[in-house]
Amino acid sequence: MKSIETDVVIIGGGVTGAGTFRDCLIRGIPAVLVEKNDLASGTTGRNHGLLHSGARYAVKDSASAVECIGENRILKKIARHCIEDTGGLFVALDDDDPAYSDKLIVSCRSAGIACREITRQEALQIEPNLNPQIVRAFTVPDATIDPFRLVSANVLDARERGGQVYTHTRVCRIMTGPEGVTGVQCQNRLTGEIFEIRARVVANASGVWGEKVCRATGIEMKMFPSKGSLIIFDYRVNRVVVNACRMPADADIFVPGDTVSLIGTTSRKIAYEDIDTAEVEEEEIAVLLEGAERLVPNVSKTRLLRAYCGVRPLISLEKGTVDGRAISRGIVLVDHEDRDGLKGLISVAGGKLMTYRLMAEKTTDLICHKLDRTDPCTTNSLPLPGSETKGRVPARRNQFKGISASVIGSTQYRHGERVHQILKSDRKNDGLICECEMVTAGEVEYALQHLNVEDIVDLRRRTRLGMGPCQGTLCACRATSFFIDLKKISGEKANQMLVDFIEERWKGIKPILWGDALRETEFSYWIHQGLISTKKKSETPDEV
Amino acid sequence: MINLDNISFDHCIKCTVCTVYCPVARVTHLYPGPKFSGPDTERLRIKNPDLLDDSLKYCSNCKRCEIVCPSDVNIADIIRLASANNPKRKLSLRDLILSSTDLIGQVATRTAVIVNWTMKLSPLRRLMQLILGLSHERAFPQYASSSFSKWAVGLIQTQETYPEKVVYFHGCYVNYNDPDLGKSVVQVLNRLNIGVVTTAEKCCGIPLISNNRLEEAKKHARHNIDVLKKAVGDSDMKIVLTSSSCCLALDHEYENLLEMDTTSIQGQIELITKFLYEAFEQEETPSLKPLNLTVAYHAPCHLERMGGVVYTVELLKKIPGLNLRFLHSECCGISGTYGFKEENYAISQAIGQNLFDQINDLKPDLVVTDCETCKWQIEFNTAYQVVHPITLLAKAMGCQNILKTGEKKTGS
Repeated sequence: MKSIETDVVIIGGGVTGAGTFRDCLIRGIPAVLVEKNDLASGTTGRNHGLLHSGARYAVKDSASAVECIGENRILKKIARHCIEDTGGLFVALDDDDPAYSDKLIVSCRSAGIACREITRQEALQIEPNLNPQIVRAFTVPDATIDPFRLVSANVLDARERGGQVYTHTRVCRIMTGPEGVTGVQCQNRLTGEIFEIRARVVANASGVWGEKVCRATGIEMKMFPSKGSLIIFDYRVNRVVVNACRMPADADIFVPGDTVSLIGTTSRKIAYEDIDTAEVEEEEIAVLLEGAERLVPNVSKTRLLRAYCGVRPLISLEKGTVDGRAISRGIVLVDHEDRDGLKGLISVAGGKLMTYRLMAEKTTDLICHKLDRTDPCTTNSLPLPGSETKGRVPARRNQFKGISASVIGSTQYRHGERVHQILKSDRKNDGLICECEMVTAGEVEYALQHLNVEDIVDLRRRTRLGMGPCQGTLCACRATSFFIDLKKISGEKANQMLVDFIEERWKGIKPILWGDALRETEFSYWIHQGLISTKKKSETPDEV
Repeated sequence: MINLDNISFDHCIKCTVCTVYCPVARVTHLYPGPKFSGPDTERLRIKNPDLLDDSLKYCSNCKRCEIVCPSDVNIADIIRLASANNPKRKLSLRDLILSSTDLIGQVATRTAVIVNWTMKLSPLRRLMQLILGLSHERAFPQYASSSFSKWAVGLIQTQETYPEKVVYFHGCYVNYNDPDLGKSVVQVLNRLNIGVVTTAEKCCGIPLISNNRLEEAKKHARHNIDVLKKAVGDSDMKIVLTSSSCCLALDHEYENLLEMDTTSIQGQIELITKFLYEAFEQEETPSLKPLNLTVAYHAPCHLERMGGVVYTVELLKKIPGLNLRFLHSECCGISGTYGFKEENYAISQAIGQNLFDQINDLKPDLVVTDCETCKWQIEFNTAYQVVHPITLLAKAMGCQNILKTGEKKTGS
């Protein structure tokens, strides 16, 4: 059996795991990241992509608000190419509690968040599609952050510093010895190969799946999974983040994310057994559209692209807790040596997408402590790969002669400074693979070579291929050919990969199947069933 | 609140039939096609207006993409608005001249003899390409020495006496280049006992729209709507046109692209062939003399966009003896002012080649079309004379001074 030696194994390729992975490598600690699916395929990639200013939490949870605004400022510097500094609005309608608006101003001030009341006209100028019936409006420094890019950039940096990544690799067993944890035994889910990674510290950063990981060592760590659903609209219906000015509730945040807009979320308790199979319910769609319509009238008459849900990793600190009273919504870092007497295992959970860096810092501090090291954390100032240059400097057009402005802009938007490695002015390289999101052959090749891409679904997360209005109808087959050429996969595998990708797209379209989405799906059906006669999906084996 | 009228791009299902049908994308890789330039990149331009592609300038505004779109996306309008709203856009002197048809027409008709002669001089045309970017290879239209509107002043009294009247929007071409066509219209309508009213119209605005001068186009639209409204009053008097592109402007672009209030003239604008076809159907077809000619009919893109081809065809079919042959639906390539520009000349010629070949194979006595710029393009590229359907009808109705076949071509 293949065996790898390292200091730290990180389980979970979400943003927390990726951040911890990078932090370890920056501090010079050898580390390996293991992810059972793809990077950012769990909760990390299933939220708003909102870079909170903290204003959303200011009234109810001032500690979270302070944490948010601090990280907000850091991320705007280190993750420039993952962030769009759109700004945000809080808007109150007639039926919202007026007291909340007053509280918002006061709470934001005490948390150090710039919040300013503006007139209705000013708000409508900032956001022309806004409900003209609003009674009060406030600006806050909200922004948007792309979780896929954020994770990818963290992992890319760690890999360039010598870290190893195993995606589509499940942890079969956590190995223990008399001295505590000694590493993990893994299986590559694509090849079936079983191997072990020997390490002094195992960091369980698998979020809501952390309960299962702990259970494998006989440790109980109770999760209270809460499902949040969102709907994606075809294009940017809003320019800035729009928040409903009331106590946090369902469908109260409207976020512009790259080429689309998202409304969310809901909050529904689900059973732990259902975390892998959670689906968006019809009832949630109605609630989300109603909330969206309240902020942006007519929006439910525009095209919906898809709906999806994520599971929040709310965690119980106390052993044996059954009710939700001990649930923490903040960052939870557990040293299982202290808590359960198992040396070498730590768990990190809770927190938010935008406090990932802080979580990673705390986790890496604990790892350092376990390894008797004192290396300081520098992730608060060290930019991610692609974000080195200050601001979003538009690539000089003459460097990419003959390439459309829309293609240059989109590529740079996704990869920051790395655009120079991706776009070359030759016709073969610049051919569009995904026409909705302007993904070129060069970008697909770059992702396949540098960004841990194993299938088209992974490729989608790295590039936005298949995320546009046609949801992969036109680009999926073109993309498949790159896997055959560069990854040397067999025709049979390629076909299966294509089917899996289309099935994955279909899962998100199903809940919103009407209007233009229905017409689009019919077109896709003609192409894939009628023209190409893509084969039906066979059963895939279940995972841990 | 989202204005649902402005988001037709949202309905695009990416079927790509527009790009397959686009005459420009077919002949040059410089233009990525209407799907890319319209609905695809519109989503990106909403995200960031800087993502505007230079290649949009190659759209000829023929609107064939809109004809084939199964999702009712106003593709050409999206491209037009994106180009026109570009804050970095600069208007070149060339585009200013090409789109100022009224001004150029007024000057040129007064000095027609000199203008028509000098524009044939090769050194001058080469100089104009050098300075202005007007293709030196292109033949420029000939100007009449006296305008139609001047002639129409003398008509007012006689036309008053007719019991039924229509407003005739003659357009710049009839006014400055081919007043005879306008005179035929008056004769034909008078024979049907219908009087003709003209107004102090301005250019319909199509050349302004194609050259991204939307604000100017709006001024023209406002003026034209006002004078036409005044002419029709509260009546349901029809406003007839001989130019299919002017008709598209008044009937479609004013309301949809320029967002003008057209309620006062709504439903009254008709291409003259449709008006006559309906008049013939309701009353009775006047006696028509046989015309023993083989004619090839070319349907202009803008007429196809309006769905008006059938009326012209049915009207021509009423002329006895006429051997009417249909040319396969193809863009001729000129697209108004598009083909006059230096950078578009080769594209324009390549687009039209199929059409020219068809005509040459057919060897008709005449080519018929409803659009003046199609006429210029076909006459420039083939040996055949091109006439308006009304010219044929007028001849069949026995009107005076109409169409001496074998006469020198009027356009080059």
